[in-house]
Amino acid sequence: MSVDQRQFHDALWDNARDAPAGLRDGQGRPAGARFSVYRNNVAVGLTEALEVSFPAIVKLIGPENFKKVAGVFLRQHPPKSPLIMVYGTEFPVFLESFQPLNHIGYLPDVARLEQALRESYHAADATPIDPGNLANLSEEELTATRMTFAPSARLICSHWPVHAIWAYNLEDGAPKPANVAQDVFITRPDFDPQCHPLSKESGVFFASLLLGNSIGEAFEDAAETSSEFDLAAVLTLLLDTQAITAIHSEV
Amino acid sequence: MSKTMKTAAIAGAMTAALAAHSTPAVAMEKEKCYGVSLAGENDCKAGAGTTCAGSSTVDYQGNAWTLVDAGTCAEIDLPGDRMGSLEPLDRDLPS
Repeated sequence: MSVDQRQFHDALWDNARDAPAGLRDGQGRPAGARFSVYRNNVAVGLTEALEVSFPAIVKLIGPENFKKVAGVFLRQHPPKSPLIMVYGTEFPVFLESFQPLNHIGYLPDVARLEQALRESYHAADATPIDPGNLANLSEEELTATRMTFAPSARLICSHWPVHAIWAYNLEDGAPKPANVAQDVFITRPDFDPQCHPLSKESGVFFASLLLGNSIGEAFEDAAETSSEFDLAAVLTLLLDTQAITAIHSEV
Repeated sequence: MSKTMKTAAIAGAMTAALAAHSTPAVAMEKEKCYGVSLAGENDCKAGAGTTCAGSSTVDYQGNAWTLVDAGTCAEIDLPGDRMGSLEPLDRDLPS
């Protein structure tokens, strides 16, 4: 068989191309339509993977539209990894620039949330800190403390009610989304990721901590955003969801 | 906000958070229990390329699991002489 990988690759992602010259079936005949069947199966397989991974997007734009969008996406972004569970990382950014769907402004953020849930599910296990370690710090040490979060922790920041839209489409009896911007903190204390919708100021707090800022710095960032900031509530959330895996406090 | 006020506010919030958290009984540990799910109702949110939620096709499928409260897996009432298991089972597999 004399067909190079480049030729094969180019023909695989472009239905208008003929089967690569030199590609033979088992009996030495040109591959012909057999290649088209293979090419179609690759596209269908990846489309199904995206459908399973982005169920809220399927709901929002409808299954038929989703198949068409997936067909465009998968040819622009073929898998880079053999692990199909990570396929679709670029899908949210793709949706942002996909002109026919630009009128649904929240679509990329909902896709971001779904992708973050997948990443969280597959992230490595980690041992949370003993909350007692935080109780033993002086006030100054506590203020200067920086945190390391579990590999499964994710933060989604959005101008849209992204969690409410996601839940409304996937969960029975979820209320209609109200027009309030939501950030979402995702944790995986046991086996499945959990979503925690956050107020804007709480989102600012988590974003600051994730940048490596201290509790004191993150607290100031959040308090500047809103005087309503409830620090005790977000700290309780971090402890309850076992999201903190290390603390670093030097004064 | 002064530095003293800030450190005091943070320390107060942490004390409140630790107090609110110190109730492990509320956050019941879960375990994966095989062989107890009804068809199509097994757990999992893995996404593509994995065995996944709602993918079991027979009742009490041996290789499908549901999250249950820790320590209760083997006590779940099942028809026949079936038992839940913490490991995948060879029984009730789809043909």
